[in-house]
Amino acid sequence: MPTDQQSFTLDNCKIPFSPGQTIMDAALAAKTYIPHLCHFPGISPQGNCKLCTVKIGTRQVAACTTLAEPDIVVESEIQELTDARRALTQMLFIEGNHICPSCEKTGNCSLQAMAYHLGMEDNHFPQFFPQREVDASHPQIWLDRDRCILCSLCVRASQEADGKHVFAIAGRGLDAQLIVNSSSGKLAESDLAPEDLAARICPVGAILIKEVGYQTPIGQRIFDQHKIDEIGLEQVILAHNTTATRDE
Amino acid sequence: MNNSKLKLATTSLAGCFGCHMSFLDMDERLEALLEHASFDRSPLTDIKTIGNCDIGLIEGGVCNAENAEVLRQFRANCRILVAVGACAINGGVPAMRNQYSLQECLEEVYLHGTGIVNPRIPDDIELPLLLDKVYPVGEIVKIDYYLPGCPPSADTFLHFFEALLQGKTPELPRETLHYD
Repeated sequence: MPTDQQSFTLDNCKIPFSPGQTIMDAALAAKTYIPHLCHFPGISPQGNCKLCTVKIGTRQVAACTTLAEPDIVVESEIQELTDARRALTQMLFIEGNHICPSCEKTGNCSLQAMAYHLGMEDNHFPQFFPQREVDASHPQIWLDRDRCILCSLCVRASQEADGKHVFAIAGRGLDAQLIVNSSSGKLAESDLAPEDLAARICPVGAILIKEVGYQTPIGQRIFDQHKIDEIGLEQVILAHNTTATRDE
Repeated sequence: MNNSKLKLATTSLAGCFGCHMSFLDMDERLEALLEHASFDRSPLTDIKTIGNCDIGLIEGGVCNAENAEVLRQFRANCRILVAVGACAINGGVPAMRNQYSLQECLEEVYLHGTGIVNPRIPDDIELPLLLDKVYPVGEIVKIDYYLPGCPPSADTFLHFFEALLQGKTPELPRETLHYD
């Protein structure tokens, strides 16, 4: 560790950080896992999923939006937070239609892997069974809003990676949903291309590239081979894209 | 376990019988299980009405009035009620019909579908009425344990019964936890 570098404590481990770095970014750089679904290295954090909630003293904060400070003591892997994270994940499951047996993202899905990580055996809460619009208008990409967890990674990727501004979240409360910035509101009239980060970054089965589903045998999918705490979202997306384009 | 055998009942509601097949995938290990457990009402026995049971395994969600009645009978008679498989836990693939109104579904199948002779929505009083939606079993009765998977693997069943027979709280090992 360079002498000018500061550090904080995360679950009894010293994590070095540079001023201005968030707890999440410092932890990821030190290869220490804090659960997260809406964080992606290099994309500005937004604190949507709350899975990265950690404790500093008696305060719960989102690790992705809280700046690291010298010598703070941060707790993450404690029962209280595991229980809270499981409840949050259950809430994400019941708000959408997460019918894994019929979803082509199964085995490659970060939400599902998170639920496995947290030992989620049931959904606990009553199902919402929402009826949101599927957009299959684009020749190469489709959008299933019932699987969207509103992480807004696609929104931010489309603003920050290529400046196309294809996506936004519209509506309030439970009516919030992913919308497409085009005259008709359809993907077909947007500038989205399959190679855009925004089309690839979805951690669940909401934004999908057409005609590449079910190509990886069971047992060889990303989360058949890795646990979510061993592989970051960045690697998941790289790995999935390699799988998805293998036969092209 | 003590000398009396566990009484086990099973049923398939809006299920595909896949969870029962996965149960049978325990193969020769079923023999060992049957030294400790005997079947009450089940698709595998001829018993028509459920008696007092230790464990009830429920496969499938609740899609019609008869499902709801059977589920309530199971709850009333089983000390431990287990939701087995994706359908029982969250409605599963059949719950994809919740995207449509019941009337739309019935009309598509019995009135407007291709190759239909004498189009008519079945209305005999013998037939159980479909519910407006497919429901997870946990929204109708209290559930004690969940075995996820579509279907859960034979190993999942085995882990579950081993724990119960040893008087432990069943906890699924991470490697058996899957929803697909």
